[in-house]
Amino acid sequence: MTEPFEPVIIGFTCNWCSYRAADMAGTARIKYPPNVRLIRLMCSGRLDPMFVLKALSSGADGVLITGCHPGECHYLVQNYKALRRYLLLRRVLGEMGIEPQRIRLVWASAAEGVRLAEEITRMVEEVRALGPLNWPGRTNGHLEALEQAAQQAEGEPV
Amino acid sequence: MTVESMSQTNHQERIGVYVCHCGTNIAGVVDVEEVARWAAEKLQRRGVIIARDYKFMCSSLGQELIENDIKELGLTRVVVAACSPHLHEQTFRTACARAGLNPYLCELVSIREQVSWVHTDTAAATEKSKAVVAGGVERVLYHEALEPLHVPIHPATMVVGGGIAGIQAALEIADAGFPVYLVEREPSIGGHMAQFDKTFPTLDCAACILTPRMVSVGTHPNITMLTWSEVTDVTGYVGNFTVTVKKKPRYINTDLCTGCGICWEKCPKKVIDEVFEAGLGYRKAVYTPFPQAVPKYPVIDHENCTYFQKGTCKACEKFCPTGAIAFEQEEEYLTLQVGNIILATGFDILDARRVAQYGYGRYANVFTSLEFERLSNAAGPTSGNIVLRDGMTVPKTVGIIHCVGSRDRNYNNYCSAICCMQSLKFAHLIHERTGATVYNFYIDIRTPAKAYDEFYQRVLGEGTIFCRGRVAEVSDVALNPGEEGKLVIQTEDTLAGRQRRIPVDMVILSVGLEPRQDAKEVAKLFGISCSADGWIIEKHPKLDPVVTMTEGILVAGCAQGPKDIPATVAQGAAAAVRVLARIQQGQISLEPVRASVNEELCSGCRICNGLCPFNAIMFHEDRMVTEINPALCQGCGTCVAACPTGAITGTVFSNEQVLAQIDGLLMHNVEPGPLEPAAPA
Amino acid sequence: MSVNGKPKFAMYWAAACGGCEIAVLNIHEKILDVDAAFEVVFWPVAVDTKYKDVEAMPDGAITLTLFDGGIRNHENAEMAHLLRRKSQIMVAFGSCACEGCIPGLANLSTIESVYETVYQSVSTVNPTQVRPHTTWQVPEGELHIPEMYPALRALDQVVPVDYYMPGCPPESHQIEAVISLVIQALAGQATLPPKGSLIGVGTSTVCDECPRTRNVKTIAKFERIQHLERIDPELCLLEQGIPCNGPATVSGCNARCPQAGAQCIGCYGPGPGVIDYGARLISAFASVLEGEEPEQIERGLDSLPDPVGQVYRFSLAKSLLKATRAVPEIPEEEPHAAHQH
Repeated sequence: MTEPFEPVIIGFTCNWCSYRAADMAGTARIKYPPNVRLIRLMCSGRLDPMFVLKALSSGADGVLITGCHPGECHYLVQNYKALRRYLLLRRVLGEMGIEPQRIRLVWASAAEGVRLAEEITRMVEEVRALGPLNWPGRTNGHLEALEQAAQQAEGEPV
Repeated sequence: MTVESMSQTNHQERIGVYVCHCGTNIAGVVDVEEVARWAAEKLQRRGVIIARDYKFMCSSLGQELIENDIKELGLTRVVVAACSPHLHEQTFRTACARAGLNPYLCELVSIREQVSWVHTDTAAATEKSKAVVAGGVERVLYHEALEPLHVPIHPATMVVGGGIAGIQAALEIADAGFPVYLVEREPSIGGHMAQFDKTFPTLDCAACILTPRMVSVGTHPNITMLTWSEVTDVTGYVGNFTVTVKKKPRYINTDLCTGCGICWEKCPKKVIDEVFEAGLGYRKAVYTPFPQAVPKYPVIDHENCTYFQKGTCKACEKFCPTGAIAFEQEEEYLTLQVGNIILATGFDILDARRVAQYGYGRYANVFTSLEFERLSNAAGPTSGNIVLRDGMTVPKTVGIIHCVGSRDRNYNNYCSAICCMQSLKFAHLIHERTGATVYNFYIDIRTPAKAYDEFYQRVLGEGTIFCRGRVAEVSDVALNPGEEGKLVIQTEDTLAGRQRRIPVDMVILSVGLEPRQDAKEVAKLFGISCSADGWIIEKHPKLDPVVTMTEGILVAGCAQGPKDIPATVAQGAAAAVRVLARIQQGQISLEPVRASVNEELCSGCRICNGLCPFNAIMFHEDRMVTEINPALCQGCGTCVAACPTGAITGTVFSNEQVLAQIDGLLMHNVEPGPLEPAAPA
Repeated sequence: MSVNGKPKFAMYWAAACGGCEIAVLNIHEKILDVDAAFEVVFWPVAVDTKYKDVEAMPDGAITLTLFDGGIRNHENAEMAHLLRRKSQIMVAFGSCACEGCIPGLANLSTIESVYETVYQSVSTVNPTQVRPHTTWQVPEGELHIPEMYPALRALDQVVPVDYYMPGCPPESHQIEAVISLVIQALAGQATLPPKGSLIGVGTSTVCDECPRTRNVKTIAKFERIQHLERIDPELCLLEQGIPCNGPATVSGCNARCPQAGAQCIGCYGPGPGVIDYGARLISAFASVLEGEEPEQIERGLDSLPDPVGQVYRFSLAKSLLKATRAVPEIPEEEPHAAHQH
């Protein structure tokens, strides 16, 4: 029996605004789909593009990046760096054939739990419509077998 | 450089996993027993040697479970799946520390706010909880044993703003024996409270209760008052701030001035006083803002002084008996070392011209609340006589409009907290002084604090007419007999269910409170944040209202949000206590979330150098390497992400930890079952 | 050990350009030290040994193999497996073997579009639209040519690798240094670094070796070096808007390109511990670009029209994503005996 596709989205939140917004959504019991799994960073400025690449190449179907609104960053201006990295990263991912809707940047203040839940719901639906990304299944399927062989080969005498 | 697949191998750590029921908060949606059982089985190869579920992990019994396991099973890592880290990360870290495990080797992952409270599908919620636990387990493998950073605290404190909040804070700290710099940009301390006539609900005269405090500040041996001054630069970090204060030139030699007042008596230049008299009265070009000013020294208003503008007059100099006039005085910059800074910069009122339909600025006899305070004040421009703008006519009917620019999406959405009580106070004073008929136009009557509602009942008993409804318009167009020459208030009366037109002689607008015009610039100067409305953001709105998220910068009074005098004084005192606690300890522990540069790897490309708003990143020209000051570093991690070669690492949110958590959340570290694939769920 | 007691040496080129071989020969008279210290048993560019000769050797017989070129087709993969079995120390030599290098950029296209370009472009005369076949019947029997894989891979994505010597090509002075080190290690006078290390590199990035002045940087937009009227010879190229990959590229080349007035294009690849070279540059470039409004930032980014080419020119095959989405899964491969010549 094939089950309907449920996207898995990795979400990055910042400790001060968007993580608190997610908490607020919880305290207010606002419901949203269970497809997003959140990682807490101190600031959206901590977001390294390699986190996004790692998530997508490891099986996530989408990545959500959240942070404080421009002008309200707890660390003053670091969310602008996140914005710039996100815009350049999205171009790179586009050249690699990844649809721009699969990574999304959402600004959410600590009081915007309702809005964050809405954005998550919207993104889950968009990614569901795009279908699975299945990145590791493409070039890595062969690689995993090789990896195991590589690990067995380690320890062979020189 | 082979593809890392560490998550597939066995690990040597000894991890305890604790899944909380939180009563039914989590257990009602997530199968917590199953999550614990699953973790023990499927994450065993990653080091999980015990997995428990318990009703309330944060209780003392719950914490004991962890502590006992650490001691008896030799746990080297702990993962708790429960509520938000913002609530209990400290709780579980402390429990680990008590049992002898470094507190930073503990990770709390949320399966309540982010799973059980927001999802309805119990199967999906349980699956997600497993993924969240797997993420936490994988991440905790890369946690390091960290020690908090200890930083000494300079005993001096700076209080910015000389209103009642700043005065309270300054006195508390100074009375405890520690030095305070009180910086105020007007010539005198006192703030808005000095402008008021009577204060609710007791109808104390504002000046009577304020001026003794002001005098205490002025004479206190531990307080250095810097009035007519502004902060221009702040560098440093908690316990060690370096603040630059610009002292604007008073053009008065304060060593010689006795405050006799001859200079302003003789000064021929009259200027409308926009600040203290709210534009209703005059002052001279050389002036003190009000008679009880502290300090008593006047200032010369450069823009309006005949000598400065045209080179003539100098009447003040001629008449000054001590030769204290000093036209050649220049601004002075002071560099001060302080350990903590309290921001008590207060509020501005909404510009009533924005609410055009109420006619302020168009009709002479529409007044703002602050203008009315000056009218009513015995020391004000009309000597306390409540009269119309012509300065003579006593009004026979007065309309007071509540909520002007507050609770209104067109202006400010919030309630300004004090306007209802203020409007009731005005009604009372008008009755008392003039016998006029008073109408109050309100949406709700907000009288929450001690003796407030009793005051409302008293005003009700005095015959004030209350009309519940939003005032649509104030106009001078007479449509009905009796409206000629009056200001007509057109309003909805929701209780009677009809529109009303009420002609009055005088309209008073209870305008809302707003943050200071330059609040955002001030926030940036001190390295703190304002909300979208412009009020300074506190660390926690309920449990930590006088501290900002920047260590060492506190806030008190209306700068944090609209509030009445009792709450303002309470906050000033609270901020003072927090500062005193720090000073008493002599040092403070900072969370060890920090970035640091591996100088061997650093090539001196300087890409990170421009990224730190806290100036924590320093470049050494001699060695061509970058270094990060751990005391200034706030731990945001922006430079860690930016370094093109990975030479900058960050603790608590390191690359390894985040990458591992990604792996775990995608369930790569889970031992596959006989029929289950190892692929993500 | 060989009949004359000298350790055996092999060098093989897979999907390669030959530059690595030239770089080795560029150590000039030091090549005589190589000949003195080793018996060269397999080196297609220089010595006439056959695959069957390698197959006939016992496993582990070759002490040092330098393997350059990427794994593009079945033959490359077979030889990688074969030489791995027969070698004690296998070095991924040069950028192709280390991280895919320029051939790795083919991973931005499907095989079909590669064949289109090669066999059907306007400058090719191919009226019957011939395409390669891996087997073909001729009167004498069946001919085989190696099957081309859908994606190019680096050496360690096929076999375990002992050391990585990056560069396109590795600088000759580094090759000299490494060969000297191996000779000394074999004589018991030095120890080799831990398995899996980068060798022939410095300890930092190209910036460390670059003499240009560096200040706190912000740039409004990127510049194409050939469009600039005047390039300051003393000032950091990135600061002048020229996208130089030096900050992310491991040192060892003496910053030859920036010293010559050209931006570093990153042929030495990342330093140790970096899991995706391109991600570092994406982060670094975005961090120094000016702009707070999305429109302004997008305009600035428009001046970098091919970001994948800029940040992944040499490292695409080893990046986290490895290839564009259109490239299909590489089919399962059974490592079998080398085909007959």
